[in-house]
This record gives sequence, C-alpha cells and structure tokens, in this order.
Amino acid sequence: MPAIASEIATLLDSGNAVTVSADSYRARHTGNTPPAAGASTTATRSWKPWFPVIDYDRCTNCMQCLSFCLFDVYNVDENSLIQVRNQENCKTNCPACSRVCPEVAIMFPKYSGSPINGEPVNASDLSREKMKVNVSSLLGGDIYSTLRNRSDQAKSRFSTERSADKALAERKRCLDKLQRDGFIPAEVLAEIDLTNLPSPEEIQRRAAAASAKAQAALAANAAK
Amino acid sequence: MQSLLKKPQNPKYSQRMSHTLYCRCAYAQVISGPVKNARLEQLCASGEEFEAVPDLCEMAATRDPRLAELARRDDLRIIACHPRAVKGLFTQAGCPLPPTAEIVNMHESPSAS
Ligand code: SF4
Ligand code: SF4
Repeated sequence: MPAIASEIATLLDSGNAVTVSADSYRARHTGNTPPAAGASTTATRSWKPWFPVIDYDRCTNCMQCLSFCLFDVYNVDENSLIQVRNQENCKTNCPACSRVCPEVAIMFPKYSGSPINGEPVNASDLSREKMKVNVSSLLGGDIYSTLRNRSDQAKSRFSTERSADKALAERKRCLDKLQRDGFIPAEVLAEIDLTNLPSPEEIQRRAAAASAKAQAALAANAAK
Repeated sequence: MQSLLKKPQNPKYSQRMSHTLYCRCAYAQVISGPVKNARLEQLCASGEEFEAVPDLCEMAATRDPRLAELARRDDLRIIACHPRAVKGLFTQAGCPLPPTAEIVNMHESPSAS
C-alpha cells in the first residue's frame, strides 16, 4: 500500500476523520474514546455502532418492532412515526427485531447477511416473512401473552424454589431453545451475561410498557 | 487534535467533479480490508480531494452535524456499503440524502467476494 494511503488508513482506523486535498491532508479525531497507544481499533471503542436502521420506503408504521424490543430502542416521534431512538441500548450483533418486521424494513448495516445488511429485498426474502409467523408461534402466537405466561410460571417457580442455580439453568434452557430455533444468533447468546438478565417481572414490565407505547401510536395513527 | 501533513503533488490531479466521502467502516469487518484499502489507494492516486471518515454508522448514531452539511450538497458521492443502508443512515440521522447523491457500494467491488 502506498505510504500516503497507508497513513490515512491508520488515521481512520484510530478514529480520525481525514480531509484530503490535492497536496495535503488534515486529520481530526472523532471517536468518543481516544485511541490507546498501540491498541487495535476495535479495542479502543466502548460501543460498536450496532443498531437498527429503518428503511422508510418499506416501513408501514405497524409498530411490531416497538412492541417487540424490550430494550427501549424504538420510540415514536410527535407524529406517531416509528423511530430508532436509543441506539446504544441495542444488543450488539443481535438482529432479532429485523426478523419481526413484516416488511423487511429493518436493516443492520454491519450484519453479514442479506437483506438485513441493506441489500435489496427480493421475492424470496418476502416469502421468508412467513418464517416470522413461526417465530411468533414459537412464542405462543402472541409474544406478550407468552412473556406473561412465562413470567407467571417463573413467578410461581421462583416463589417455591429460591435456588439461583436452578433459575439460571432455566434461563439457559429458554435461551438455548430460542437460539436453536434461529431466533437469537449463537454469537449473541454467547455474549449475554446470564447472571445479569432482567427478572421475569422486569421483562413483563418492559413488554407492557413497549406494548402500551405501540398501542398509543397505532391509535393516534388510526385517528388521523 | 489537528494535524496537517504534506501529501506529494499528484500530476494526475484533475478538476474535482463531485465531493467524495469515503467510509472506512472502521469498527466492523463488514467490508474486507483489501477492498477498503484498494478504494482508498485509488482515491489517493486520483489526486481528487476527498473526505474520509472512520464509520458512517457511528456518525449517524451520534447525529454528527457533518452529515447534515454533506446531505445539503448536490454533488455528493459516498463510497460505503449497500445504498439502502447508507440512505437509511442519513434519514435516521435527520438529514435525508438528496436524490442526486451517488452511492458506491464497496460490497460490489470486484475483489469484494
Ligand atoms: S416492524 Fe417494520 S414495518 Fe413495522 S414499524 Fe417497525 S420497521 Fe416499520
Ligand atoms: S455505512 Fe456501511 S460501510 Fe460505513 S460504517 Fe456503516 S456499515 Fe460500514
């Protein structure tokens, strides 16, 4: 690689934006953490920019993503239009919400597979949407009632059996099942801190909050 | 921190036709190193003025004001990834790209496969 290109590449890889003119270049550090001497690029960042990006040419504002995400990544604007708001809450490398979007409108540009990475959506991608029905039936047809049931079962289980080890084993079993069914990528599962998952009650609370937000937005849109 | 380094004059320097933005996709291996390097070398060798950023995704997430400035141009050429994703990033950052913006998809570079 020629020296100049190599210097610019090094600057970019350590978080600098570079403006190149005919005879000089100027670098400006942009990353939110300064690069540590000798550290590799990825090691210098506290957050990999991983978050959903909505293709508004496809989105029908159905609010499924808002209802689905328990981490408050989605919200609506003052016109009740779906928005991605809290990008940093998104679970790195998890594209699960893209799989609940019936319009294939949710992209993760840093995902490896098509069309989630932003490649054009083709007919077979759309027919794969039927898979989402399966995803939903996997969760009992209605994600919320499933979460609620799971929560109720978990509550009674936890009230009779206080063993943290058993609770952890149960969570592992549930997550393994979701992963086997292709719902959560294996690499994401590997990264999840199983000892630090939200409690069933917390999951239920988040699900109810997300659902209420989605319902309110849908009602506002219907009234337009 | 600002630094100004001298770049040798390129005899092939030609009249700039567009404002080029090169995305390094620095925080993921979405686009292979050789493909990104080949594009960067091409740009450097062209003598054309250009702007290079570590990661457009990060700029969109932080709503970097530079994105809005770029989106106001009608001569913008972006070298990054899939056009649908790049357009979505600008829209999500509150500054939709003009229809004149050209997006060069590094996934489609001959050596990308
Ligand atoms: S699920 Fe898809 S179509 Fe529905 S609001 Fe979300 S992005 Fe839009
Ligand atoms: S816009 Fe595309 S090429 Fe640029 S950082 Fe995001 S995923 Fe990578």
